[in-house]
Amino acid sequence: MTTIRVNGVDHAVDVDPRTSLLDLLRERLDLKGTKKGCDHGQCGACTVLVNGVRINACLSLAVMHDGDEVLTVEGLASGEVLHPVQQAFLTEDAFQCGYCTPGQICSAVGLLAEVAAGQPSEATADLDGPVTLTDAEIRERMSGNICRCSAYPQILAAVRRAAGAAA
Amino acid sequence: MKPFAFERARDVDHALSLAASSPGARFLAGGTNILDLMKLEIEQPPRLIDVGRLPLAEISETASGGLRIGALATNTAVASDPRVRRRYPALARAILAGGSVQLRNKASVGGNLMQRTRCPYFMDAAKPCNKRLPGSGCSAMEGLSSTLALFGASEMCVAVSPSDMSVALAAFDAVAETVRADGSVQRRPVETLHRLPGEAPQVDTDLAPDELILAVELPPPPPGRQVWRKVRARASYTGAIASVAVAGDRVALGAVAARPWRARFTEAALADGASPAEAAGAELAHADGPESRKSLVRRLAADAIREAKEGAAS
Repeated sequence: MTTIRVNGVDHAVDVDPRTSLLDLLRERLDLKGTKKGCDHGQCGACTVLVNGVRINACLSLAVMHDGDEVLTVEGLASGEVLHPVQQAFLTEDAFQCGYCTPGQICSAVGLLAEVAAGQPSEATADLDGPVTLTDAEIRERMSGNICRCSAYPQILAAVRRAAGAAA
Repeated sequence: MKPFAFERARDVDHALSLAASSPGARFLAGGTNILDLMKLEIEQPPRLIDVGRLPLAEISETASGGLRIGALATNTAVASDPRVRRRYPALARAILAGGSVQLRNKASVGGNLMQRTRCPYFMDAAKPCNKRLPGSGCSAMEGLSSTLALFGASEMCVAVSPSDMSVALAAFDAVAETVRADGSVQRRPVETLHRLPGEAPQVDTDLAPDELILAVELPPPPPGRQVWRKVRARASYTGAIASVAVAGDRVALGAVAARPWRARFTEAALADGASPAEAAGAELAHADGPESRKSLVRRLAADAIREAKEGAAS
């Protein structure tokens, strides 16, 4: 039996070891917000936060997450009040078809925490200095999330807006 | 994905005894490579031994002034560590050039070393591949891969290691510490952890099936500037066509062999006063492969060496 807390709710599930965290969320817990794109860690549509850290839910087994706390796109809003990143995506019109959007949003939530923790990226010029969230930094840090509609300029703007709101 | 037994190791000894008693079993840490390969049925282990929660994620100072990085430290943890950023920036940069943040948040140092090639013909179960199916032939030899080995390949296999991290580790003379079920501890240089393909390309490393990487130890960094460069088909989130790590007077090349490739001829030439271009050429004179690819690696290495010497890219 695997015990897992998803969006604040505890679940005890008996799963085939082959079940990915993504399939557990979608098929067993009926949380269809998290999307399956490539299923190979190449597109980012399945991005969720596990213990506050963003990962690809497709490249993880449900049984690896016994005792973990998972946050999906369904768990971001407080009642009717959207998470600042969700609101920023709406304000900036940062999607077309919307399929990659839950992953983009969860990824951006993780990004803001990583920047607050001072974690560098490939776009960080000075590894010894503080991290400044330039556009180049946002692009690099969001590169694990592909958007086939190519809403990248609006996604960039949304993350920039959310970062300003979070600052 | 083929069915398999899943077991979470309680401690290192438990993991090792499970491995010793289960033929074909594989250790599972972050899972970002092996689960991908299991979905493609390229890897079909009968048992996964989950070592992901073992207490092997610490990064600590060594008595000699280096760093000991636990095998389960995530790529993100290593690249974010202030000591790594300050003293081994080429390592931090190499890690940050690999995969996406999501992958680096999960991928471990030990898993990175154990990851398999991303040769497109190894990844395509419908194609002959001596590494995947011994004796079936090599599709890459006459194929379209942009990452054929330039060094140390054989008639059987021209696949390269896809690890960016290990290229920097090799430049720093890092050592992987391993343990087996009988308690024996080995210290293996990262540079030669991976075998060259020879007649048995299906065997990636010298590690025994019951051998677990505990940590990677970095000696103190050599004096001099450090540079990391990676050439790839797009600006982010894809594997290297070639890479280079320079640490003082040491040079390692990436994506050019089945292991991170220390450019010893280049290092010797530099010691003899050669120019960066001459020194890069000294290594590539021993390369076997298309001239266009050799030229790319030669120019990349020369540029990185020049940057390390002069503090600026050309």
